[in-house]
Amino acid sequence: MATEILMPALSPTMTEGKLAKWLVKEGDMVSTGKVLAEIETDKATMELEAVDEGTIGKLLVAEGTEGVAVNKPIALLLAEGESAGAAAPAKAAPVAAASAPAEAKARAPEAPSAPMPAPEAQYSTWKTQTVREALRDAMAEEMRKDTTVFLMGEEVAEYQGAYKISQGLLEEFGADRVIDTPITEHGFAGLGVGAAFGGLKPIVEFMTFNFAMQAMDQIINSAAKTLYMSGGQMGCPIVFRGPNGAAARVAAQHSQCYASWYAHVPGLKVVAPWSASDAKGLLKSAIRDPNPIIFLENEILYGQSFPLPDAQDFTIPIGQAKVERQGTHVTLIAFSVMVGKALQAAEKLAADGIEAEVINLRTIRPLDIDTILKSVQKTNRVVTVEEGWAYSGIGSEISAQIMEKAFDYLDAPVLRVAGKDVPMPYAANLEAMALPQVQDIVEAAKDVCYR
Amino acid sequence: MAKEKPVKKALNGRGDNAVTPEQLVQFYRDMLLIRRFEERAGQLYGMGLIGGFCHLYIGQEAVVVGLQSVAREGDSILTSYRDHGHMLACGMDPKGVMAELTGRSGGYSKGKGGSMHMFSREKGFYGGHGIVAAQVPIGTGLAFAHKYKKDGGMAVTYFGDGAANQGQVYESFNMASLWQLPVLYVIENNKYAMGTSVARGSASPDFVHRGEPYNMKCMSVDGMDVQAVRAAGLEAGDYIRAGHGPVLMEVHTYRYRGHSMSDPAKYRTKEELQKMRTEHDPIDRLRAVLLEMKALDEDGFKSMDKEIKDIVLDAADFAQKSPEPDPSELWTDILVA
Repeated sequence: MATEILMPALSPTMTEGKLAKWLVKEGDMVSTGKVLAEIETDKATMELEAVDEGTIGKLLVAEGTEGVAVNKPIALLLAEGESAGAAAPAKAAPVAAASAPAEAKARAPEAPSAPMPAPEAQYSTWKTQTVREALRDAMAEEMRKDTTVFLMGEEVAEYQGAYKISQGLLEEFGADRVIDTPITEHGFAGLGVGAAFGGLKPIVEFMTFNFAMQAMDQIINSAAKTLYMSGGQMGCPIVFRGPNGAAARVAAQHSQCYASWYAHVPGLKVVAPWSASDAKGLLKSAIRDPNPIIFLENEILYGQSFPLPDAQDFTIPIGQAKVERQGTHVTLIAFSVMVGKALQAAEKLAADGIEAEVINLRTIRPLDIDTILKSVQKTNRVVTVEEGWAYSGIGSEISAQIMEKAFDYLDAPVLRVAGKDVPMPYAANLEAMALPQVQDIVEAAKDVCYR
Repeated sequence: MAKEKPVKKALNGRGDNAVTPEQLVQFYRDMLLIRRFEERAGQLYGMGLIGGFCHLYIGQEAVVVGLQSVAREGDSILTSYRDHGHMLACGMDPKGVMAELTGRSGGYSKGKGGSMHMFSREKGFYGGHGIVAAQVPIGTGLAFAHKYKKDGGMAVTYFGDGAANQGQVYESFNMASLWQLPVLYVIENNKYAMGTSVARGSASPDFVHRGEPYNMKCMSVDGMDVQAVRAAGLEAGDYIRAGHGPVLMEVHTYRYRGHSMSDPAKYRTKEELQKMRTEHDPIDRLRAVLLEMKALDEDGFKSMDKEIKDIVLDAADFAQKSPEPDPSELWTDILVA
């Protein structure tokens, strides 16, 4: 049976082209790879090669013809022993019609109910630890339990951690599992991703998340997207952790909050602990999670002490926020170091007769929107608080979701307290102005209460 | 017909690794499968059945066939987006590969990855990576996992002469050599980084030297000669599996088609391409060897041609009949549950 040679598409966007020149004539024998014709696209002149061997039976489109549609038959190729016009040409398989896009599903707001009890509630024995110690213990406990867990990063081993988070881990687990890397963020982030594909559970420490920008391609394109691109084959169980956001007086290149950058990406989970309890419970969950986790710590918090359950099995589920303070007049939503500021603001507001509910997000992606909506349905007023810039920030996302899902419960527009829209200045007074302060939160809360 | 080359009598100077006529026939078959598969993929692209970018491996077949002949069960293989040949050489099913090219549910990534993003854990193929050189640190990490688990495996990390100018390649070399990781870095130097020739893009065009500052064993091999590639692969594999650390192998090869389907390749002359095709074609060269050895006669070649053609036609047929992914697949495989 004769085969139709079709006008080829020679670029992702080509719909038609010019058959510039035939390089064969009727009756020619052609073998695979033989150049048959020159095709002009909008960008270039390309050669059309034979895929099958045979004899050119008939040229259906004359050379010089413009606007030849893609997939239009341009010649007939005869198999051995066939003559032109004998058999009906074999039809090329039609292009399957694209399926209709999945319909967007509208979501109705869920009925309000009491907030979930925090996972700490079930523990009776407590201790006090710094965030630094809690992070260390979380890694040590998980490394004892699972030999595929290892820690790598700059100065994590012999130096005991640039911020002393990995103190003592080298001594306990040895140099095979606590690994000092060269200063090579892109390289070791990618190496960690490969190790995760290879069946290990790496904890990759960035000295700060500012330096992780060097590794952004591996985090986003390799760690976050490969599961999807592989149809579910290539899970990437990895934790990228380190301090995020402003420390003190280290200026613009060392003071950025990256929460909204990572939260933007499907395929990542983004966690931001505030207390020692958050740090321990969430880091243990992160290490056990089969997905890539961005674990955003905060340098200011490392030395702060908090009570936490004294138990090896204590974990906090990723994706669950915690109501740190109950209130009825306004909801303050914060994460990381800003939770402390929001709680201070709540105390000040209480003195003025405003009872603020304070939500500690704990996880930024996936967002615990249910806990937020329950609070909104109670207080009807919301202030978001974050250290990063407001523009396309976490507060913007929360605000949009509240508008979409609980618009009728709002008695005032959501206000965002955020870092000022400037690179972080070095001067002490300017730095303080650039960062959200307790008084900013108090004023925003009063604004949404019309007080 | 290509100029005939003498058969290499003893590969690697060791009798036990001397390639048998049966193995040579297998290499020929493997290379032919890749070539015919790629030609068919080019045709399906022309028909609009394959979308987006499609980078064909035609001309470079001897590289992956030669090196995969020394790979062992449990090794990890990965490469860039010019990956169809590597997948076939890893033993992945041509139907699953072709169906991924057409974006169908029967593809290796259920139609969600496409030409540049395919994987098979079962066959040790770790992608299929779309960002130039991103696979190099990842392959280094797979090697790290082999060493950590002490499983005796190695990671074969393929990349091109274009990728060889990316910084993360040298970050990887440094760590791999520092930690003596079992990784074979293969630079498939096909002379052009998309449209930029090596001379126009590389201050030092001999990539083989680029491992030297990292104290890596460095090798250079004719990538149009499958036997030479295999011999080099054996030497590299022995070195790596003995725990001596990484090897850098520059393989000189040539791609016949453009960088991708939409590249007319105006940056090189027709004569240059024609010379490579007629004098260095890896399939023609091995065919001449096999004829001289009488390992396969004309009838043998003919029946192999038919067998390969049928496999490829089956793959193309499957790739057109396999349904598009169910709409529910839009929302799956984003996170591991």
